[in-house]
Amino acid sequence: MSSKKWVAMLLAGGQGSRLGELTSDLAKPAVPFGGKYRIIDLTLSNCTHSGIDTVGVLTQYQPHILNSYIGNGRPWDLDRNHGGVALLPPYKDKDGGEWYKGTANAVYQNFHFIDTYDPENVLVISGDHIYKMDYNKMLKNHVETGAQVTIAVIEVPWNEASRFGIMNTDDTDRIIEFDEKPEHPKSNLASMGVYLFNWKLLKKYLTEDANDSASTNDFGKDIIPKMLCKGVHLQGYRFTDYWKDVGTVESLWEAHMDLLEEPSVLELGDPDWQIYAGNANHPPQYISQEAEVVQSLINEGCLVFGKVEHSVLSYNVQVGFGSKIKDSVIMPNVKIGNNVTLEKVIVGSGSIIEDNAVICDENQGLTLIGENQRISPMYAEL
Amino acid sequence: MRNVLGVINLVNEQPILKELTHHRCLASVPFGGRYRMIDFTMSNLMNVSVSKVAVFTKDKYRSVMDHLGSGKEWDLDHRSQGLFILPPINPDRKIKGDLQQFYDHIEFFQRANADTVIIAPGHHICKIDFNEVIKQHESKGADITVLFKDFDGKPVNKPLYHKCLLNQSGEVIDIELYTSPGQGSHVCLETYVIKKQLLIELIKNCIENEEFDFLKDVVKANLGKLQVQGYKFEGHMPFIHSLETYHKSNMEFLNPEILRSYFYDSWEVFTKIKHEAPAKFSISSKVSNSLIANGCIIEGTVENSIIFRGVKVRKGAVVKNSILMQKSEVNEGATVENIITDKQVTITKGQTITAKNHPTVIKKTVVF
Repeated sequence: MSSKKWVAMLLAGGQGSRLGELTSDLAKPAVPFGGKYRIIDLTLSNCTHSGIDTVGVLTQYQPHILNSYIGNGRPWDLDRNHGGVALLPPYKDKDGGEWYKGTANAVYQNFHFIDTYDPENVLVISGDHIYKMDYNKMLKNHVETGAQVTIAVIEVPWNEASRFGIMNTDDTDRIIEFDEKPEHPKSNLASMGVYLFNWKLLKKYLTEDANDSASTNDFGKDIIPKMLCKGVHLQGYRFTDYWKDVGTVESLWEAHMDLLEEPSVLELGDPDWQIYAGNANHPPQYISQEAEVVQSLINEGCLVFGKVEHSVLSYNVQVGFGSKIKDSVIMPNVKIGNNVTLEKVIVGSGSIIEDNAVICDENQGLTLIGENQRISPMYAEL
Repeated sequence: MRNVLGVINLVNEQPILKELTHHRCLASVPFGGRYRMIDFTMSNLMNVSVSKVAVFTKDKYRSVMDHLGSGKEWDLDHRSQGLFILPPINPDRKIKGDLQQFYDHIEFFQRANADTVIIAPGHHICKIDFNEVIKQHESKGADITVLFKDFDGKPVNKPLYHKCLLNQSGEVIDIELYTSPGQGSHVCLETYVIKKQLLIELIKNCIENEEFDFLKDVVKANLGKLQVQGYKFEGHMPFIHSLETYHKSNMEFLNPEILRSYFYDSWEVFTKIKHEAPAKFSISSKVSNSLIANGCIIEGTVENSIIFRGVKVRKGAVVKNSILMQKSEVNEGATVENIITDKQVTITKGQTITAKNHPTVIKKTVVF
């Protein structure tokens, strides 16, 4: 078998506990997004459009839905004869086996998988970010700067910088220092969790890291600082388009509201950069005589008899007569009865909101309703 | 489990939809916002778990081939069974009838590991439960079962339909070919259930006798000799034979009851997957009583219309009682009423096109 230019390792094993009830039965990357997608679709589609034909998906937490969703990778053109998509859960070999202890350990445990393709570079990405990125441009930059490691960075508002892993760079964007969630950030260049490594070098560091009992086996906390310490050439690659970490309920809601901006900050319907999804088959949506729909994204399979304003409706959502949905994200297969009011609510898949329920936080906060809940008007009043 | 073979017969199609069937066969005419007509028959066959489907095409079949592809969407991309598209074998020979083409591909029938065959045309919009049809076929011990529906449309001027005459026990005793049906006439749906071995024998016999038409030479000629049973289909099915009836039958899908009966209360209707984003409604959009498919951007007004995938209705544009097919674009301030735009039609800024009595077609890719 010929060797590959690069392979991607997609970290999809995180529990995503900050997404609360949305991830009680579901890995974070499998959480529905944007009306018809799951969060991981954006990253997988990035791989497809960047010409990456080999993607290892590292799974651990609640993998069943994710596994069956990714399947043989066909929706993302990743059903290939040589390469394609591979689901990589933790496994045992003759020396035993263990759960993935950290992001770096997850890749380390699968270095045989990567070696099969003998790639020059390995792209490490996560399945819980919303962005459209051509990794090729990053690779080009990687080659041009002669870097051994390239890390995608994005400018974040200074007042938020302390929530991110911050890269301090010199005037050629070479990374000289890394601060994980610094109290007093020296830069506002945040790591996007997109790393391009020379594979030989990474393998060496992963092996050393695996033997270091004090390590947390994490790329950000362990591998990158060790490389910096040893003088490895780490290059920052500036990304200037839309990027959002949707690790919290609030940020997931914000990302959906961003989709409704006019003009769009993240166009899902770009014909040159389609977001592929494991398509369910649904009839076209029906907007009734009585319905009113403004500034919203509505997917197929919806039946709308009420008012939908500034909201995202996923497939197979029904909105009854006289209901008003505003600033909300409705996940798949949700049934909303008649005369319901929802304002700033995320409703998890399969939930039923009964007639006359009113869900609207007094302090204009966000309300989360988990998956497969039944909400009666009585409950809503509480 | 019963092993059923599906045959979708496009050989007898007539280009009844004018501009819409100039460059494509009837079966691949878009319908209902995201489907092609053939999707309904395909999905009805899936519901009876056919393992193998042959689509016999006559002409203008590029779009149907492109649409059906490997059959994956209908779960028909199997190693040995699955979907077969069977065009005429000789481009220089005039096609004498569907039996000729069945005979040319007789090996398809012979090789199939099935005992029962369903034959249906590709343009019927309906949900026929073939499990029920086969059940009746077997319980009556019929040789051939012929499906019919009592005519419930407006009078038809052209003799496009065939009428079945039945006796008290539901056997077909005569078939009137090419007639205009009246209210309640038993219109033959050109949909049949027949045992595979019998079908092969009858095809061979007919070809030896220079007979080439399935309905006339296999069904009608054998009335009285074989047990030919009628099966009355009582579900919803529009009779489509003109642009008016095509337009009207699309509009019927704006009735939530009909919509639910097709898509929510029974088996799914599958179609080709397109990776279109959810439809985007802008702050200025006004939509009522319409079907909207994915990939649409709606900034203007849409009333009583069927909007296919990837259509753009720009600010100030008004679309009423119309069918806009895939990737049509109605630009700022334009008005479209009672119009059918074929795929990729562009209506330029401020343009007004309205048709009074009859729906008018704007041909594929035209800029108006």
